[in-house]
Amino acid sequence: MTDPGSGDSKFASPAVLSADGTTDALRVEHVSKRFGAVSALVDIELHLAQGEILGLIGDNGAGKSTLLKILCGFHSPDSGRIVVNGQEVVLKSVDHARSLGIDAVYQDLALINQLSVYHNMFLNRERVRWLLLSNRSMRRAAREYLNEMGVNIPSVDTPVASLSGGQRQAIAVARAVYSDAKILLLDEPLAAMGAKEVAVILDLVRDLKRRGDVSIIVIAHNYGQVLEICDRVNLLQHGQITLDKRSSETSVQELNDIVVAEYRRALETRQRAG
Amino acid sequence: MSDTAQRAVGTLGEPPPRPATARGPGAQLRQALAFAGRQRELTVLVVVVLLVVYFGFISNIGRSSFFTSVNIINLSQYAAPIIIIAIGETLLLVCGEIDLSPGFVYSFAPFLMYFLVVDDGFPVILAIFVTLLMGLVTGWVNGLLTVTLGLPSFIATLGTGFVLLGITLTTSNATQASIPPAAVGIGKWIGSYSYSEIIWAVVLVVIFHVIFTRTRWGLYTIAVGGNLLGAREAGINVARIKYGNFMITGVLGAFVGLQIAFQTSVIDPSAGGYTPMFLAVAAAVIGGTAMLGGSGTMIGAFLGSVMLTVLNIGFSLIGISAYPVNLIFGGTILVAMIANGQLDRLRLAGGRR
Repeated sequence: MTDPGSGDSKFASPAVLSADGTTDALRVEHVSKRFGAVSALVDIELHLAQGEILGLIGDNGAGKSTLLKILCGFHSPDSGRIVVNGQEVVLKSVDHARSLGIDAVYQDLALINQLSVYHNMFLNRERVRWLLLSNRSMRRAAREYLNEMGVNIPSVDTPVASLSGGQRQAIAVARAVYSDAKILLLDEPLAAMGAKEVAVILDLVRDLKRRGDVSIIVIAHNYGQVLEICDRVNLLQHGQITLDKRSSETSVQELNDIVVAEYRRALETRQRAG
Repeated sequence: MSDTAQRAVGTLGEPPPRPATARGPGAQLRQALAFAGRQRELTVLVVVVLLVVYFGFISNIGRSSFFTSVNIINLSQYAAPIIIIAIGETLLLVCGEIDLSPGFVYSFAPFLMYFLVVDDGFPVILAIFVTLLMGLVTGWVNGLLTVTLGLPSFIATLGTGFVLLGITLTTSNATQASIPPAAVGIGKWIGSYSYSEIIWAVVLVVIFHVIFTRTRWGLYTIAVGGNLLGAREAGINVARIKYGNFMITGVLGAFVGLQIAFQTSVIDPSAGGYTPMFLAVAAAVIGGTAMLGGSGTMIGAFLGSVMLTVLNIGFSLIGISAYPVNLIFGGTILVAMIANGQLDRLRLAGGRR
């Protein structure tokens, strides 16, 4: 570990030590966010251990994406602290977060359809010599890296537009990991995908887990998939985290019941109001 | 070029994809069209060559020839301003914007130089520099209006264009001016020599081709036009790219204005306007630039400009009056754009596996 924060007592204050005494990759403390009259997040507490995969589930509009966008520096929180590797940080921009090793893969993937796979891989981190793009070097590096990650595409020269949903998702994830992300935020990486494509991504995430140097937060809707790849699950309801369990201690049934109960309550409230 | 060559080799090396070839001549035609779509510049080049051969042949039977040096100079001087403005419009169209004002920057530029030299006693070089700076500032204002204030560029640049037209007509009293004697010397290099304009145009195309295809600026211009939100999420400074491309277009517009004034030896308030700008946009689109952003080429814009030039000069050369020429012109632009749209569709279909 060359990581300055981990295992180095100079940086680790008691407040940021997790239960087993190691430094968390990421801690979110008392974070709140409002958009006008809407409370998107209320006093959020969340932690992510080194090499852990955390599943973030919850209803549409519960605040999952807002939380993710705060963690990647897109939004800034109204209050609360974010602690990365034992050090409090104020994320000023996406670039700033990225320089700290936090990278997000959004639902829309932020891929440029018209550009080739390798240009997308290196977007905003291009290799340049004398102001000119080193296309050959980027092409070779992209090909080698995607092979190593087991991502199957016809050619790194293909425009991203002509790839399948799973391939595009894989490239977006590979791009984030390749850029040396230590904390990876995945916003619904499995949405709108067939079983074959889901397998590609699950493989990729498992591979990252085996390496152990990347900690991941995944937003997902399919509880079966969440429990399969995640070590721990947090449930977000109305801007608050209402459940925090290890995957081994919960089940699809339990998570389903909680969400169904929430729907019932919403329905009852409506009926009472009407 | 090497990319397309590689791709072609790659396709040959692979086993024939899918049973598409088995569907007979219809499928073959589709494949040929898809290939033409991939090689957009090549298609336009073929059309240009066919037009040149046609007009060369026809005009040799008639009284004047297409290949006389007078006519070639004529062609080059007609094409150069379109090419140079088309460079800027290509950059803007690719990043998802358009600029209607460069024709009016073009009108005002030589007057500004004239006033600075004759009224304010500026050295010519400094006056030219300030004139180009005016183009840059106009581009910056266009960026401010569209990027920072969020106006659609079609409306914003229409506004700045009219403002510039007003300034030109007011300050010049709508009367012509002559080139200040002190500027005649340097003017030769900018526009008065027979071939100075086309040489500038070609040099600028080469420079911007490299910038567009081989630098981050070009890559980001495509990224911003292809997926604005995605580009922003990737950390690209979207505003900087758009501002910059507006400013480049402004400077190019001012430069063309100076060139035309030097070439015609007169500063004319009716020079410029919408025509050169619309021709430039048409040239860019004929050359394969997507109106909705995300793709385009400088070589295509160059060839599109040459095609419009050959059409216009060619028809007047073979004695067709100027009125029906406009008909042919409009028809050609429409056909080229429809073809582009269809070829794009086929290209995407062909690219999928």
